[in-house]
Amino acid sequence: MSVLSRKTKSPEGTKELGRDLSQQLKPGSVVALSGSLGSGKTVLVQGICSGLGVEKAVTSPTFVIINEYPGRLNESSVWVYHFDLYRLEDVEEFINLGYEEYFYGKGITLIEWAEKVREFLPKSRFEINLKIISENEREIIVGEF
Amino acid sequence: MLILGIETSCDETASSVVEDGSRILSNVVYSQIVHNRYGGVVPELASREHIRSIVPVVRAALDEAGVSLEQIEGIAVTYGPGLVGSLLIGLSFAKALSFSRGIPLIGINHIEGHIFANFLEHPDISPPLVCLVISGGHSTVVYVADKGQYELMGQTRDDAAGEAFDKVAKVLNLGYPGGPAIDRASTRGDADFFKFPRARLEAESFDFSFSGLKTAVAIFVSKLSEEELKKHRIDIAASFQEAVVDVLVEKGIRACQKKNSDKIVLAGGVAGNRRLREKLRSEAEKLKLQVFYPSPVLCTDNAAMIAAAGEFYLSRKKRSDLALNAVPYAPLSSA
Repeated sequence: MSVLSRKTKSPEGTKELGRDLSQQLKPGSVVALSGSLGSGKTVLVQGICSGLGVEKAVTSPTFVIINEYPGRLNESSVWVYHFDLYRLEDVEEFINLGYEEYFYGKGITLIEWAEKVREFLPKSRFEINLKIISENEREIIVGEF
Repeated sequence: MLILGIETSCDETASSVVEDGSRILSNVVYSQIVHNRYGGVVPELASREHIRSIVPVVRAALDEAGVSLEQIEGIAVTYGPGLVGSLLIGLSFAKALSFSRGIPLIGINHIEGHIFANFLEHPDISPPLVCLVISGGHSTVVYVADKGQYELMGQTRDDAAGEAFDKVAKVLNLGYPGGPAIDRASTRGDADFFKFPRARLEAESFDFSFSGLKTAVAIFVSKLSEEELKKHRIDIAASFQEAVVDVLVEKGIRACQKKNSDKIVLAGGVAGNRRLREKLRSEAEKLKLQVFYPSPVLCTDNAAMIAAAGEFYLSRKKRSDLALNAVPYAPLSSA
């Protein structure tokens, strides 16, 4: 287990951190993001996706819950699954989404509002918490379990 | 031509019978109020509700129109974009009905349906025109060169406009759906109370970004005491709405100028926003642009707009086959 804390000064900085993080991911990696509304979860996901060579526009999947993007990792193609659980109130609904196929497959799974489904997250995962320091500054804590 | 429309892309089960693409014989929309409780749409609940309601809703659409299935000359159904589980219910139902009754089938893009809501309500509008499609899931600027001929000029890079409305309404505790709640609250609020940021992006871009605005409101609210929030809730709502409307109007009008179009039309749930309509009208008037928008019932998700778009294609002998599948991120494409 390792934990590191970084401060970013702009959305661009948060994106850059996402690009750095993407280099540590492997097929099957799960990244759990938590933090309040506007703390930069989607921005960080955009950075990770950019690092994974996703060319599609990465937007907030709040209404559709899951977006899927084709990406690239070490010269081979990889699916990136982008969950946004903002609207989820009941874990029953999450179970019905068929989450196991995403979490335990060969793709890379990025989950916003992951705290809502903590008990379903795989033991081996990246845990990222974002905090608002000021208008543009964010504290981002990254744990690898 | 009598067309039966079916729409189940999100949380509304809708069916409608439209004659010749312009006369609405019935327009049944069953809204899943169950989501109120959750402050948003829950996909699995949505698709289970669609299964329950699809048959009664289609039957009601036929009954209200006073027509039988034998008279229906075509079935138009939304194939995407939307929630895949929800889309599949309407799509599978439409395919089965088409196959068993031998009625021609056409799959319609939900965004194109919203654009057609304008042609349905105002049959005299003729393209070219610029359309702003703005709803809970979409914020797009589309140049409509002709019916069926589209150019995507811009879209959101993060949150859709309606999504920002919903999230801000939740931060302000104004209820769900957030769009109408903020619209109502804003009429009594001071839109100049606070100048929230307007994300205009690059000078030439027609893309939107509403995530920063949402963040600005969340941070602003977090700094207020409960008393201050209570006192200024409607002012914050009005100031937020003004920021969204400013950007939508500015980009829409600039898109018209770029394309040399003299018409701008609104579509999608957010097109029902009163301040947006008012501001667009007054800005467009200065430039002698014509403004159109559908009545509120045709702005939000409905099947009449799908039937209208379906009539356009079916009357031109276009058909979908039974391999038609649901496409959650279906892009708007030209015929």
